[in-house]
Amino acid sequence: MFSYVLRRLLAAVPIALGVSMVCFGLVYLAPGDPVQTLLPPDADAETVAQLKRLYGLDRPLAVQYLSWLGRVLSGDFGRSIATGRPVAEEIARSLGNTVLLAGLSVVVAFSVAFALGTIAGRRAGSWLDRCVTGVAVVGVSVPNYWLGIVLVIVFAVEMMALPASGMAGDGFDPTSWEHLKHLVLPVITLSMIPVGIIARTTRSAVSEVMNQEFVTTLRANGLPEWRVLRHALKNALPPVLAVMGLQFGTLMGGSILVETVFSWPGSGFLLSKAILTRDVPVLQGTILVLALIFVLTNLAVDLVQSSVDPRIRRA
Amino acid sequence: MSTTIDKVATPAPMAAPRQRGYWGTVGYRLRHDPVTLCFGALLLAIILSAVFAPWLAPFDPYRESIIRRLKAPGYMGHMLGTDELGRDMLSRLLHGGRLTLTMGMVPVLLATLIGGGLGVVAGFLGGVANAAIMRVMDVFYAFPSVLLAVAISGAMGGGVLNGMIALTLVFIPPLCRVAETATTQVRNLDFVDAARATGAPLRLVLWHHVLGNVLGPILIYASSLISVGIILASGLSFLGLGVKPPEPDWGLMLNALRQAIYVSPLVAAMPGIAIFLTSVSLNMVSDGLRAAMDVRS
Repeated sequence: MFSYVLRRLLAAVPIALGVSMVCFGLVYLAPGDPVQTLLPPDADAETVAQLKRLYGLDRPLAVQYLSWLGRVLSGDFGRSIATGRPVAEEIARSLGNTVLLAGLSVVVAFSVAFALGTIAGRRAGSWLDRCVTGVAVVGVSVPNYWLGIVLVIVFAVEMMALPASGMAGDGFDPTSWEHLKHLVLPVITLSMIPVGIIARTTRSAVSEVMNQEFVTTLRANGLPEWRVLRHALKNALPPVLAVMGLQFGTLMGGSILVETVFSWPGSGFLLSKAILTRDVPVLQGTILVLALIFVLTNLAVDLVQSSVDPRIRRA
Repeated sequence: MSTTIDKVATPAPMAAPRQRGYWGTVGYRLRHDPVTLCFGALLLAIILSAVFAPWLAPFDPYRESIIRRLKAPGYMGHMLGTDELGRDMLSRLLHGGRLTLTMGMVPVLLATLIGGGLGVVAGFLGGVANAAIMRVMDVFYAFPSVLLAVAISGAMGGGVLNGMIALTLVFIPPLCRVAETATTQVRNLDFVDAARATGAPLRLVLWHHVLGNVLGPILIYASSLISVGIILASGLSFLGLGVKPPEPDWGLMLNALRQAIYVSPLVAAMPGIAIFLTSVSLNMVSDGLRAAMDVRS
């Protein structure tokens, strides 16, 4: 086990480095010279050169990357062009809100989808199964930014039952009804795609387990159906939990559209504002942090899964 | 194509009532799958209406009218109402399909060529070349797809072309992986060795024996990505990173009409319905094709 963990950890290091290189390179994808955004268009060549020296842009690319990496590792992501505040501070303030949103969405999605998938998987091929499969296809096909707008139209504009956007003040207080109300629509919206994906995974896992011989044995021994199902679900659960974990990482990085629709003050909304104001330091920092979270969740899922199921370690 | 697929895919005779070829069976199954046929017809209708938009649209999609802003469906010949600048919704939806569908499909096509090509090369060569290609892919795989698309097009400054480049880069790694896995499996089969041992030139082995057998899985996977492509492309436009106004595009229209949800909620939801119908029908057709082409069932 120990050597497996070590191997996986070591394998994640080059990927994380690669991710950092891509994020570093993003600045150079931007049209024009990076310093030109900081200077008036009629700046003379000497000023440009001076500024380049100041920011170290005259040095070789590899040196620039290493010094950038050094600063990032010590938590210095530069300053936001739009607000002047340190990027690290901006990310720290918004990240918690996205963790809350993505975490809740995944939990909600799992509870709904596991039930649906179990119903479908037990009777593969039945009309119930077809209904659930239909729901799953809708879940993965619906553009969630549109679903968010539709939910706002129905529940906020027409019924006036739930708030349309925002978060009801800084910080989150789980005892406050007002705070919880603001979460309802974004969580439903964001959980739609994971519902589709997790329901599909559960369905195939359950139907596979139900066809195994030990289920026949349990039934032959006269176990009531609900206890047979409990045994079967125990076997179907690990792959589904793994998918749920991976979905958390995906939602952390993929909540940008939903957060924009609901003006949810998370990292996705930060990113979307940074795009509008062409705030490259914020763009770069947020994407780096979100991508690293994605890498770490994938790693964590992998390690947990291998500790539950030793067969994976041999692969 | 039909001759090469048969070689590995069907060692035993098909369990069909009459003896059909591989594509015969696929066609037979598709003809008896009403759900896939219905969604296929819907998809065809969407594509055709985008292609023939200039002839089908009742109004000029760019003509604004201050007095006709945000009118409900049916107002003075505007079958689906008007948008926030008084432009005809039906005409804009028809024209919008052109950009949205192009921006969603072209990247998948390009990524199939580039990613699929890289994957086949990596799988066929193995060793160092495989490691080099696949480790680079791992890095891009380490980004959630929405994030990578936003990152690249956001850094490049938006626009249709940049959006398509970003989406192409998003789709290359998964296609490359699928192609690499399929090629590695085929490469180690005996008939490839046999072909090479009998002196078949490398080009022929690659084209006939390898590509003929990995093209199926790659294309099926690529077809499932088109719906993701449409959703992501509209998403980029929704964020202001794709199509620029006043061009009609479903994602951009959805964003522009967000301010109108209090005045004209039905009109505001319409572009999303178009995206949703397209993506559902793409998913259903892709699932149907996959089931029809599955030799095991």
